Amino acid sequence: MILWELFQTFFLMGFVSFGGGYAMLPIIEKAVTEYGWMSAEHMTNMIAIAGMSPGPVAANSAILIGYSAAGISGAVVSAMAILLPSLILVITVAAFFIKLHHNPVVERMFYGLKPLVTSLIIYAAIKFALANNLITLDISFRSISLVIIFGLSLFALFKLRWNPVYVIALSGLVGIALYS
Amino acid sequence: MKVKAHNRLLFQIFWSFFKISPVTFGGGFAMIPLIIKEIVEKRKWLTNDDITDVIALSQTVPGAVAVNSATFIGQRIGGIRGALAAMIGVSLPTFLIVLALGASYYYVQDNPKLEAAFISIRATIVAIIVFAGIKIAKTAIFDKTTFFIMVVGVPVLFFIHPIVAILLGAITGLVVTSIKTKLGYQIDLKKDKEVDPTIDPDYYMGAGI
Repeated sequence: MILWELFQTFFLMGFVSFGGGYAMLPIIEKAVTEYGWMSAEHMTNMIAIAGMSPGPVAANSAILIGYSAAGISGAVVSAMAILLPSLILVITVAAFFIKLHHNPVVERMFYGLKPLVTSLIIYAAIKFALANNLITLDISFRSISLVIIFGLSLFALFKLRWNPVYVIALSGLVGIALYS
Repeated sequence: MKVKAHNRLLFQIFWSFFKISPVTFGGGFAMIPLIIKEIVEKRKWLTNDDITDVIALSQTVPGAVAVNSATFIGQRIGGIRGALAAMIGVSLPTFLIVLALGASYYYVQDNPKLEAAFISIRATIVAIIVFAGIKIAKTAIFDKTTFFIMVVGVPVLFFIHPIVAILLGAITGLVVTSIKTKLGYQIDLKKDKEVDPTIDPDYYMGAGI
Protein backbone atom coordinates (compact mmCIF):
# COMPACT_ATOMS: atom_id res chain seq x y z
CA MET A 1 0.00 0.00 0.00
CA ILE A 2 1.63 3.16 -1.25
CA LEU A 3 0.10 5.48 1.38
CA TRP A 4 1.49 3.30 4.14
CA GLU A 5 4.93 3.32 2.47
CA LEU A 6 4.81 7.11 2.32
CA PHE A 7 3.67 7.41 5.93
CA GLN A 8 6.33 5.05 7.22
CA THR A 9 9.13 6.78 5.31
CA PHE A 10 8.32 10.32 6.34
CA PHE A 11 7.28 9.47 9.90
CA LEU A 12 10.66 7.86 10.57
CA MET A 13 12.40 10.70 8.76
CA GLY A 14 10.65 13.20 11.05
CA PHE A 15 12.33 11.69 14.10
CA VAL A 16 15.86 12.08 12.74
CA SER A 17 15.36 15.31 10.84
CA PHE A 18 18.49 17.16 11.96
CA GLY A 19 20.40 19.75 9.98
CA GLY A 20 17.68 20.80 7.59
CA GLY A 21 16.06 19.43 4.49
CA TYR A 22 19.06 18.68 2.33
CA ALA A 23 20.47 16.28 4.94
CA MET A 24 17.26 14.27 4.58
CA LEU A 25 17.72 13.68 0.84
CA PRO A 26 19.52 10.32 1.32
CA ILE A 27 16.46 8.99 3.18
CA ILE A 28 14.10 10.25 0.47
CA GLU A 29 16.34 8.93 -2.30
CA LYS A 30 16.55 5.50 -0.67
CA ALA A 31 12.77 5.21 -0.26
CA VAL A 32 12.07 6.44 -3.79
CA THR A 33 14.44 3.86 -5.31
CA GLU A 34 13.34 1.04 -3.02
CA TYR A 35 9.62 1.51 -3.54
CA GLY A 36 9.94 2.65 -7.16
CA TRP A 37 7.76 5.72 -6.70
CA MET A 38 9.36 7.68 -9.58
CA SER A 39 12.52 8.18 -11.63
CA ALA A 40 15.59 9.90 -10.17
CA GLU A 41 15.11 12.82 -12.56
CA HIS A 42 11.52 13.29 -11.50
CA MET A 43 12.57 13.16 -7.84
CA THR A 44 15.19 15.86 -8.48
CA ASN A 45 12.55 18.04 -10.14
CA MET A 46 10.37 17.67 -7.04
CA ILE A 47 13.30 18.62 -4.77
CA ALA A 48 13.85 21.69 -6.97
CA ILE A 49 10.22 22.78 -6.56
CA ALA A 50 10.49 22.09 -2.81
CA GLY A 51 13.56 24.34 -2.64
CA MET A 52 11.81 27.13 -4.53
CA SER A 53 8.73 27.13 -2.30
CA PRO A 54 8.31 28.82 1.07
CA GLY A 55 8.43 26.49 4.05
CA PRO A 56 10.80 23.78 5.25
CA VAL A 57 12.58 21.90 2.45
CA ALA A 58 12.11 18.50 4.11
CA ALA A 59 8.35 18.96 4.54
CA ASN A 60 7.95 20.45 1.06
CA SER A 61 9.84 17.50 -0.45
CA ALA A 62 7.65 15.06 1.47
CA ILE A 63 4.49 16.77 0.21
CA LEU A 64 5.67 16.75 -3.42
CA ILE A 65 7.00 13.18 -3.34
CA GLY A 66 3.71 12.09 -1.76
CA TYR A 67 1.73 14.00 -4.38
CA SER A 68 3.74 12.49 -7.25
CA ALA A 69 3.38 8.99 -5.86
CA ALA A 70 -0.28 8.99 -4.81
CA GLY A 71 -2.01 12.28 -5.63
CA ILE A 72 -3.61 14.59 -3.07
CA SER A 73 -4.10 11.84 -0.48
CA GLY A 74 -0.38 11.05 -0.81
CA ALA A 75 0.48 14.69 -0.17
CA VAL A 76 -1.77 14.86 2.91
CA VAL A 77 -0.47 11.59 4.38
CA SER A 78 3.18 12.59 3.79
CA ALA A 79 2.69 16.03 5.34
CA MET A 80 1.03 14.54 8.43
CA ALA A 81 3.71 11.86 8.67
CA ILE A 82 6.54 14.37 8.76
CA LEU A 83 4.78 16.78 11.15
CA LEU A 84 3.64 14.20 13.68
CA PRO A 85 7.13 13.51 15.13
CA SER A 86 7.68 17.25 15.69
CA LEU A 87 4.37 17.48 17.53
CA ILE A 88 5.09 14.41 19.66
CA LEU A 89 8.63 15.53 20.52
CA VAL A 90 7.78 19.17 21.21
CA ILE A 91 4.88 18.25 23.50
CA THR A 92 7.02 15.67 25.33
CA VAL A 93 9.89 18.10 25.82
CA ALA A 94 7.54 20.89 26.92
CA ALA A 95 5.47 18.67 29.22
CA PHE A 96 8.48 17.35 31.11
CA PHE A 97 10.34 20.67 31.07
CA ILE A 98 13.30 18.87 29.54
CA LYS A 99 16.18 21.28 29.21
CA LEU A 100 17.82 20.27 25.96
CA HIS A 101 19.78 23.41 25.32
CA HIS A 102 23.21 23.38 26.98
CA ASN A 103 22.46 19.86 28.16
CA PRO A 104 25.85 18.04 28.26
CA VAL A 105 24.50 14.74 26.91
CA VAL A 106 22.74 16.47 24.01
CA GLU A 107 25.85 18.51 23.24
CA ARG A 108 27.99 15.36 23.19
CA MET A 109 25.53 13.67 20.84
CA PHE A 110 25.59 16.67 18.53
CA TYR A 111 29.39 16.49 18.51
CA GLY A 112 29.05 13.28 16.47
CA LEU A 113 25.74 14.07 14.84
CA LYS A 114 26.72 17.30 13.09
CA PRO A 115 29.69 15.84 11.18
CA LEU A 116 27.47 12.94 10.17
CA VAL A 117 24.83 15.35 8.89
CA THR A 118 27.63 16.83 6.77
CA SER A 119 28.40 13.33 5.44
CA LEU A 120 24.71 12.89 4.58
CA ILE A 121 24.73 16.07 2.51
CA ILE A 122 27.99 15.11 0.74
CA TYR A 123 26.51 11.68 0.02
CA ALA A 124 23.34 13.32 -1.32
CA ALA A 125 25.41 15.59 -3.57
CA ILE A 126 27.28 12.58 -5.02
CA LYS A 127 24.10 10.58 -5.53
CA PHE A 128 22.22 13.44 -7.19
CA ALA A 129 25.21 14.36 -9.34
CA LEU A 130 25.41 10.76 -10.60
CA ALA A 131 21.66 10.45 -11.13
CA ASN A 132 21.54 13.66 -13.16
CA ASN A 133 24.59 12.87 -15.32
CA LEU A 134 26.72 15.58 -13.77
CA ILE A 135 29.49 13.07 -13.14
CA THR A 136 29.88 11.21 -16.42
CA LEU A 137 32.51 9.95 -18.84
CA ASP A 138 30.42 10.97 -21.80
CA ILE A 139 31.82 14.20 -23.27
CA SER A 140 29.14 16.15 -25.09
CA PHE A 141 27.72 19.66 -25.30
CA ARG A 142 25.07 18.63 -22.77
CA SER A 143 27.45 17.17 -20.19
CA ILE A 144 30.01 19.98 -20.41
CA SER A 145 27.39 22.74 -20.24
CA LEU A 146 25.80 21.07 -17.18
CA VAL A 147 29.12 21.09 -15.34
CA ILE A 148 29.50 24.78 -16.20
CA ILE A 149 25.95 25.50 -14.95
CA PHE A 150 26.79 23.63 -11.75
CA GLY A 151 29.96 25.71 -11.28
CA LEU A 152 28.24 29.02 -12.00
CA SER A 153 25.38 28.15 -9.62
CA LEU A 154 27.86 27.43 -6.85
CA PHE A 155 29.64 30.71 -7.59
CA ALA A 156 26.36 32.66 -7.45
CA LEU A 157 25.39 31.03 -4.14
CA PHE A 158 28.76 31.21 -2.47
CA LYS A 159 30.52 34.31 -3.78
CA LEU A 160 27.62 36.49 -4.89
CA ARG A 161 25.46 35.25 -1.98
CA TRP A 162 22.35 35.12 -4.12
CA ASN A 163 19.15 33.67 -2.74
CA PRO A 164 18.83 30.02 -3.93
CA VAL A 165 15.37 30.81 -5.27
CA TYR A 166 16.80 33.33 -7.75
CA VAL A 167 19.62 30.98 -8.73
CA ILE A 168 17.08 28.25 -9.56
CA ALA A 169 14.93 30.69 -11.54
CA LEU A 170 17.87 32.02 -13.56
CA SER A 171 19.13 28.50 -14.15
CA GLY A 172 15.73 27.60 -15.58
CA LEU A 173 15.99 30.44 -18.10
CA VAL A 174 19.49 29.30 -19.07
CA GLY A 175 18.08 25.80 -19.57
CA ILE A 176 15.36 27.09 -21.90
CA ALA A 177 17.96 29.03 -23.91
CA LEU A 178 20.35 26.08 -24.19
CA TYR A 179 18.26 22.94 -24.43
CA SER A 180 14.93 23.74 -26.07
CA MET B 1 -18.26 30.83 28.21
CA LYS B 2 -14.85 29.46 29.18
CA VAL B 3 -14.88 26.96 26.33
CA LYS B 4 -15.76 29.74 23.92
CA ALA B 5 -12.85 31.89 25.11
CA HIS B 6 -10.48 28.96 24.78
CA ASN B 7 -11.64 28.26 21.26
CA ARG B 8 -11.09 31.88 20.36
CA LEU B 9 -7.56 31.71 21.75
CA LEU B 10 -6.88 28.57 19.68
CA PHE B 11 -8.11 30.33 16.56
CA GLN B 12 -5.94 33.37 17.32
CA ILE B 13 -2.89 31.13 17.68
CA PHE B 14 -3.73 29.41 14.42
CA TRP B 15 -4.30 32.70 12.61
CA SER B 16 -1.10 34.34 13.92
CA PHE B 17 1.05 31.56 12.49
CA PHE B 18 -1.04 31.23 9.36
CA LYS B 19 -0.15 34.85 8.51
CA ILE B 20 3.57 34.45 9.31
CA SER B 21 4.04 31.11 7.56
CA PRO B 22 4.40 32.11 3.87
CA VAL B 23 7.39 34.29 4.79
CA THR B 24 9.52 31.28 5.71
CA PHE B 25 11.38 31.34 2.40
CA GLY B 26 14.57 29.33 2.52
CA GLY B 27 14.75 29.11 6.28
CA GLY B 28 12.74 29.25 9.45
CA PHE B 29 14.92 32.00 10.86
CA ALA B 30 13.34 34.51 8.51
CA MET B 31 10.26 34.03 10.68
CA ILE B 32 11.82 35.19 13.96
CA PRO B 33 11.32 38.97 13.59
CA LEU B 34 7.71 38.36 12.56
CA ILE B 35 7.11 36.03 15.50
CA ILE B 36 8.41 38.70 17.86
CA LYS B 37 6.20 41.33 16.26
CA GLU B 38 3.06 39.17 16.36
CA ILE B 39 3.47 37.11 19.54
CA VAL B 40 5.41 39.53 21.76
CA GLU B 41 4.53 43.04 20.62
CA LYS B 42 0.99 42.68 19.29
CA ARG B 43 -0.58 39.83 21.25
CA LYS B 44 1.72 40.09 24.32
CA TRP B 45 1.47 36.33 24.85
CA LEU B 46 5.18 35.82 25.53
CA THR B 47 8.33 37.89 26.16
CA ASN B 48 11.41 38.31 23.98
CA ASP B 49 13.36 36.01 26.31
CA ASP B 50 10.73 33.28 25.91
CA ILE B 51 11.15 33.49 22.14
CA THR B 52 14.95 33.23 22.39
CA ASP B 53 14.52 30.13 24.59
CA VAL B 54 12.06 28.59 22.17
CA ILE B 55 14.30 29.14 19.13
CA ALA B 56 17.28 27.59 20.92
CA LEU B 57 15.19 24.62 21.99
CA SER B 58 13.70 24.21 18.50
CA GLN B 59 17.13 23.56 17.04
CA THR B 60 17.83 20.63 19.35
CA VAL B 61 14.56 18.88 18.50
CA PRO B 62 14.44 17.09 15.11
CA GLY B 63 12.31 18.79 12.49
CA ALA B 64 12.11 22.19 10.86
CA VAL B 65 12.90 25.17 13.08
CA ALA B 66 9.83 27.03 11.78
CA VAL B 67 7.47 24.19 12.70
CA ASN B 68 9.14 23.37 16.01
CA SER B 69 9.24 26.94 17.26
CA ALA B 70 5.61 27.55 16.28
CA THR B 71 4.59 24.35 18.06
CA PHE B 72 6.56 25.25 21.20
CA ILE B 73 5.03 28.73 21.28
CA GLY B 74 1.53 27.32 20.73
CA GLN B 75 2.10 24.86 23.57
CA ARG B 76 3.18 27.63 25.96
CA ILE B 77 0.13 29.72 25.16
CA GLY B 78 -2.58 27.09 24.86
CA GLY B 79 -1.31 23.66 25.94
CA ILE B 80 -1.46 20.63 23.65
CA ARG B 81 -4.35 22.05 21.62
CA GLY B 82 -2.46 25.31 21.29
CA ALA B 83 0.53 23.36 19.98
CA LEU B 84 -1.67 21.67 17.39
CA ALA B 85 -3.30 24.98 16.38
CA ALA B 86 0.09 26.62 15.88
CA MET B 87 1.47 23.67 13.94
CA ILE B 88 -1.49 23.56 11.57
CA GLY B 89 -1.36 27.35 11.24
CA VAL B 90 2.30 27.41 10.28
CA SER B 91 2.06 24.40 7.94
CA LEU B 92 -1.19 24.92 6.08
CA PRO B 93 -0.23 27.92 3.89
CA THR B 94 3.05 26.39 2.72
CA PHE B 95 1.29 23.04 2.21
CA LEU B 96 -1.24 24.69 -0.10
CA ILE B 97 1.41 26.70 -1.98
CA VAL B 98 3.61 23.62 -2.50
CA LEU B 99 0.63 21.55 -3.59
CA ALA B 100 -0.43 24.25 -6.07
CA LEU B 101 3.11 24.37 -7.51
CA GLY B 102 3.23 20.58 -7.73
CA ALA B 103 -0.14 20.45 -9.48
CA SER B 104 0.87 23.15 -11.98
CA TYR B 105 4.08 21.24 -12.68
CA TYR B 106 1.99 18.23 -13.72
CA TYR B 107 -0.23 20.46 -15.81
CA VAL B 108 2.66 21.70 -17.95
CA GLN B 109 5.27 18.97 -17.51
CA ASP B 110 5.23 17.86 -21.15
CA ASN B 111 6.01 21.36 -22.35
CA PRO B 112 9.47 21.12 -24.04
CA LYS B 113 10.49 24.52 -22.61
CA LEU B 114 9.78 23.34 -19.05
CA GLU B 115 11.69 20.12 -19.69
CA ALA B 116 14.65 22.18 -20.95
CA ALA B 117 14.48 24.46 -17.90
CA PHE B 118 14.58 21.48 -15.55
CA ILE B 119 17.65 19.96 -17.24
CA SER B 120 19.57 23.04 -16.08
CA ILE B 121 17.76 23.33 -12.74
CA ARG B 122 18.77 19.77 -11.80
CA ALA B 123 22.45 20.77 -12.11
CA THR B 124 21.72 23.83 -9.94
CA ILE B 125 20.06 21.66 -7.28
CA VAL B 126 23.29 19.66 -6.97
CA ALA B 127 25.10 22.99 -6.47
CA ILE B 128 22.59 23.95 -3.76
CA ILE B 129 23.19 20.63 -1.99
CA VAL B 130 26.97 21.21 -2.10
CA PHE B 131 26.40 24.76 -0.80
CA ALA B 132 24.28 23.40 2.08
CA GLY B 133 27.08 20.93 2.86
CA ILE B 134 29.77 23.61 2.97
CA LYS B 135 27.63 25.82 5.19
CA ILE B 136 26.90 23.11 7.72
CA ALA B 137 30.53 21.89 7.65
CA LYS B 138 31.59 25.31 8.89
CA THR B 139 29.84 24.71 12.22
CA ALA B 140 30.11 20.91 12.36
CA ILE B 141 33.79 20.40 11.56
CA PHE B 142 36.17 22.11 13.98
CA ASP B 143 38.71 19.49 15.10
CA LYS B 144 40.36 16.28 13.85
CA THR B 145 37.69 14.01 15.33
CA THR B 146 34.73 15.76 13.72
CA PHE B 147 36.63 15.83 10.42
CA PHE B 148 37.30 12.10 10.74
CA ILE B 149 33.63 11.29 11.46
CA MET B 150 32.59 13.26 8.37
CA VAL B 151 35.12 11.55 6.08
CA VAL B 152 34.26 8.05 7.33
CA GLY B 153 30.54 8.79 7.19
CA VAL B 154 30.38 9.24 3.42
CA PRO B 155 31.53 5.76 2.29
CA VAL B 156 29.62 4.17 5.19
CA LEU B 157 26.39 5.66 3.81
CA PHE B 158 26.77 3.57 0.66
CA PHE B 159 26.25 0.47 2.79
CA ILE B 160 23.91 1.30 5.68
CA HIS B 161 20.54 3.03 5.91
CA PRO B 162 20.81 6.81 6.52
CA ILE B 163 18.59 6.59 9.63
CA VAL B 164 20.92 3.99 11.15
CA ALA B 165 23.87 6.22 10.23
CA ILE B 166 22.30 9.20 12.03
CA LEU B 167 21.79 7.12 15.18
CA LEU B 168 25.37 5.83 14.93
CA GLY B 169 26.57 9.43 14.57
CA ALA B 170 24.90 10.41 17.85
CA ILE B 171 26.29 7.32 19.62
CA THR B 172 29.75 8.05 18.21
CA GLY B 173 29.50 11.56 19.67
CA LEU B 174 28.78 10.14 23.13
CA VAL B 175 31.46 7.43 22.97
CA VAL B 176 34.22 9.61 21.52
CA THR B 177 33.68 12.43 24.02
CA SER B 178 33.71 10.06 27.00
CA ILE B 179 36.89 8.33 25.75
CA LYS B 180 38.54 11.71 25.22
CA THR B 181 37.55 12.86 28.71
CA LYS B 182 38.89 9.64 30.25
CA LEU B 183 42.19 10.11 28.42
CA GLY B 184 42.38 13.58 29.88
CA TYR B 185 41.89 15.57 26.70
CA GLN B 186 40.27 18.95 26.83
CA ILE B 187 37.34 18.94 24.41
CA ASP B 188 35.38 21.79 23.01
CA LEU B 189 31.96 20.57 22.01
CA LYS B 190 31.34 23.51 19.74
CA LYS B 191 33.11 26.12 17.76
CA ASP B 192 34.13 28.90 20.14
CA LYS B 193 32.11 31.59 18.52
CA GLU B 194 28.47 30.84 18.00
CA VAL B 195 26.83 33.14 15.53
CA ASP B 196 23.41 34.30 16.57
CA PRO B 197 21.07 33.18 13.78
CA THR B 198 18.78 36.13 14.39
CA ILE B 199 21.64 38.48 13.52
CA ASP B 200 22.97 36.57 10.54
CA PRO B 201 20.14 34.47 9.13
CA ASP B 202 22.21 33.63 6.08
CA TYR B 203 24.49 31.65 8.36
CA TYR B 204 21.79 29.07 8.76
CA MET B 205 20.58 29.03 5.18
CA GLY B 206 22.64 25.93 4.54
CA ALA B 207 20.77 24.19 7.29
CA GLY B 208 17.89 24.12 4.83
CA ILE B 209 15.34 24.32 7.60
